[in-house]
Amino acid sequence: MLGFILRRVGLLVPTFLGITIITFGFVRVLPGDPVLLMAGERGLTPERHQQLLEEFGFNRPIWQQYIEYLGDLLTGDFGNSFITKKPVLDEFFTLFPATIELSLCAMLIAIAFGIPAGIIAASKRGSILDQSIMGVSLVGYSMPIFWWGLLLIIVFSGWLGWTPVSGRISLVFFFQIKTGFMLIDSLLSGQKGAFQSALSHIILPAIVLATIPLAVIARQTRSAMLEVLGEDYVRTAKAKGLPSRRVIGIHALRNAMIPVITVIGLSVGTLLAGAILTETIFSWPGIGKWMVDSISRRDYQVVQGGLLLIAAIVMTVNLLVDMTYGLINPRIRHN
Amino acid sequence: MAINSYQKKNSLQKQKQKRNLRSSVLAEFWFYFSENRGAVIGLWVFLFLVLIAIIAPFAAPHGPVDQYRDALLVPPVWQQDGSWKFILGTDAVGRDILSRLMYGARFSLFIGLVVVTIAATGGILIGLIAGYFQGVLGTIIMRIMDVILAFPSLLLALVMVAILGPGLINAMIAIAIVLQPHFVRLTRASVINELSREYVTSARVAGASTIYLITRTILPNCLSPVIVQATLSFSTAILDAAALGFLGLGAQPPTPEWGTMLAEAREFILRAWWVVTLPGLAILITVLAINLMGDGLRDALDPKLRRS
Amino acid sequence: MKKLLDIKNLSIDFQTAGGLFRAVDQIDITCDSGEVLAIVGESGSGKSVAMLALMGLLPWNAKVSAELMQFDSKNMLAISKKERRKIIGKHIGMIFQEPMSSLNPCFTVGFQIVETLKLHLGLNRAQRRKKAIELLELVGIPAPETRLNAFPHQLSGGMCQRVMIAMVLASNPKLLIADEPTTALDVTIQAQILNLLLSLQKEKNMALILITHDMGVVAETADRVQVQYAGQKVEEQKVESLFQTPHHPYTLALLSSLPERADGRKLPSIAGLVPGQFDRPPACLFAPRCSFATSLCNKEVKKQSNLLGQALCNFPVTYTQQKNAGAKA
Repeated sequence: MLGFILRRVGLLVPTFLGITIITFGFVRVLPGDPVLLMAGERGLTPERHQQLLEEFGFNRPIWQQYIEYLGDLLTGDFGNSFITKKPVLDEFFTLFPATIELSLCAMLIAIAFGIPAGIIAASKRGSILDQSIMGVSLVGYSMPIFWWGLLLIIVFSGWLGWTPVSGRISLVFFFQIKTGFMLIDSLLSGQKGAFQSALSHIILPAIVLATIPLAVIARQTRSAMLEVLGEDYVRTAKAKGLPSRRVIGIHALRNAMIPVITVIGLSVGTLLAGAILTETIFSWPGIGKWMVDSISRRDYQVVQGGLLLIAAIVMTVNLLVDMTYGLINPRIRHN
Repeated sequence: MAINSYQKKNSLQKQKQKRNLRSSVLAEFWFYFSENRGAVIGLWVFLFLVLIAIIAPFAAPHGPVDQYRDALLVPPVWQQDGSWKFILGTDAVGRDILSRLMYGARFSLFIGLVVVTIAATGGILIGLIAGYFQGVLGTIIMRIMDVILAFPSLLLALVMVAILGPGLINAMIAIAIVLQPHFVRLTRASVINELSREYVTSARVAGASTIYLITRTILPNCLSPVIVQATLSFSTAILDAAALGFLGLGAQPPTPEWGTMLAEAREFILRAWWVVTLPGLAILITVLAINLMGDGLRDALDPKLRRS
Repeated sequence: MKKLLDIKNLSIDFQTAGGLFRAVDQIDITCDSGEVLAIVGESGSGKSVAMLALMGLLPWNAKVSAELMQFDSKNMLAISKKERRKIIGKHIGMIFQEPMSSLNPCFTVGFQIVETLKLHLGLNRAQRRKKAIELLELVGIPAPETRLNAFPHQLSGGMCQRVMIAMVLASNPKLLIADEPTTALDVTIQAQILNLLLSLQKEKNMALILITHDMGVVAETADRVQVQYAGQKVEEQKVESLFQTPHHPYTLALLSSLPERADGRKLPSIAGLVPGQFDRPPACLFAPRCSFATSLCNKEVKKQSNLLGQALCNFPVTYTQQKNAGAKA
């Protein structure tokens, strides 16, 4: 098992180097003076220009710059934001919990509804129920989520007035941030109504972000179940006299989960891409919104660092998914 | 003379046979495709959208950027204060939404077509190379594709547009780049799969050249998954382009692109539902139609997934 | 006295894209405790389907009709799903052709045996484990304690089939159905598994229905043989008399295609194919491949008496005919 893990990690090294080359190259492939580009439209004095050139080492050979960039990354130095002057890594870690919280809630919704929907559709194959579940999930899969978010805001915030439009919690609550997860922090604070407020803030963005993964998981679960239900061992389980609840829920599902887990793992990239749109619509202070804001502010240092960090996270999650295969699928574990 | 005419006749016959074969393949394809009711509906909706895109300049009641300053945020005709002049209402600067939506269909379909063409052509070429030359070159290519796939696609497109500068063309290039690794992977996998088959060996023994082998023997045999992928990419391209437009990095106002229209309408969501609802609905319907078709195509083209 | 299993006039149709397909056509099956019945036929002759119908394991597009389907004095046609589950797996056990894929790859052998024990016998955890080890010992698996924690892919095909047998025997079934239990196994293992099945059958006085296409297996194991062709029962006899005097031309052909019975240089085979959904003959289904067939066989077909093995044939083969045929060859 340890060898398996090490091999997987080893395979990631070239990919990771490739990612750093892209993020490193991205400021440098821009036509024109990188310092001017970074400074944006505000303009610079010639002295400051020279100073920045020195500071970033743009006047040195490109390979030296790359080595230095790698060295900086290894020491955790992702540069400082041009706008806020704060280290990119610090900003990232202040905002990241908000994105994790949102993504986890979305993933929970997607799994909690997607897998049962897929199981029901598969076990009632061809029925009206199956057709409607698959129809709805195809609509979800085709959904432009930025529009879907706006639609939900119109209905639930505008017409019904049930949920707030933006942010993570109502401004009347103020408490110490301990975990970075608003749902947990609001509970820990012990303030009355704080948790409800946090919940009402997260529910719409989480639904919006969950939409596409939910549809994908439902479709994948259904097709995996259909395949597995035709297998010999399912027939054996039925021949034992097991109730169909147990045949489907234990014998078939365990096997069908293998491809579903893959899809869930692959959704993490989709989820982070979706977070960019969802966080923008709901003004959710996470890394998605941070990236969009930095792009429009031309804060390239942040864009560069953020891109690298997000890619690294996606890679790590995919690695973890690979490992969970071993836990679910004994055939892989023993190879 | 006689021999010549005989040869002619013979080759004509061959052509005819070829045509028959092709039409029977098409008939079989249509048989499986039309079995899927959703796919047929999707096809009809798609054809309808293509029609609208074509006739938009003649059929649209107003110009896409004509502003009627006396008719701002007019609701659709079935609502109070609606008028037949603006069937689906107007936006905040008095432009007719129906006309803009009709012109928007041109943009979305154009984006989809161009992006898929670029991504598929590039991806198939690179995939063929990576599959045929499986040594160092193939490995390097696949590593590069892995790197591209490590980024969330929308984020990478976003950053690329940020580098290239906002605009529809740049958005299309960026989306094409993030979509093509899928084609590379698919093509390469099929090529490697096909290369191990006996018919390739026999073509080689018969003296077929590499180029001939790739274009005439291997490519046609791995086209089905690529076609299915192309349909899926078509809808992804439309969605991503709209998302970039929505974030202000795709088509720029006053272009009647659906995503850009949504971005402009955002501040009116609580006042005028139609300026927000309708462009999004247009995106949803288009993407849904294409995805329905994609499901049908997969059923019809992929014998493995065909219901037995 | 009532038979343990009594099926009369069973027909099974499948709804397919091309209309109804009759997989089993008015067959009778009976089997009693301590008896070994072999059902023989080519693939597609409806051998397994009939047994799956008894178990209630057919897909939704199958339609089952029968005059009588009685097991242990219970009407299997009329009982609810819940009642059926109390019988199948407990009193009727079934093992399948592909032992490797018939065990769930995600669970250990122990889990799958204990699950059956828990379902049908209850018992507490320690008792279940003890019983599972006993069962594995019974079917001749060495080091059963460690094997309990093995996954199916870690075992060979023969081992998997032994596990399947152990699992089925867990509840002391009255009837064991073995659906081509040795087809997927190596020749050397086949005999071991068959001997195991037979000794267990004798020991527990079970009824055993052995579905096979291998006449050699039949000769070694069965008491009574029932031959099926294209969904119909064409002949039924005690095993000795069947091998001596087969009455249906199909049985005769099956027997003469056995390698050990071949007397020429060439191994005889039966020309043609089993009829499918769209080329079903009007009367006798074997007529197109039969050397005895006349024009009558395309109009009607007669079921012969018990004396002639209930052969479904207008011109059943008799002992003298065979002698003549043998002399000619």
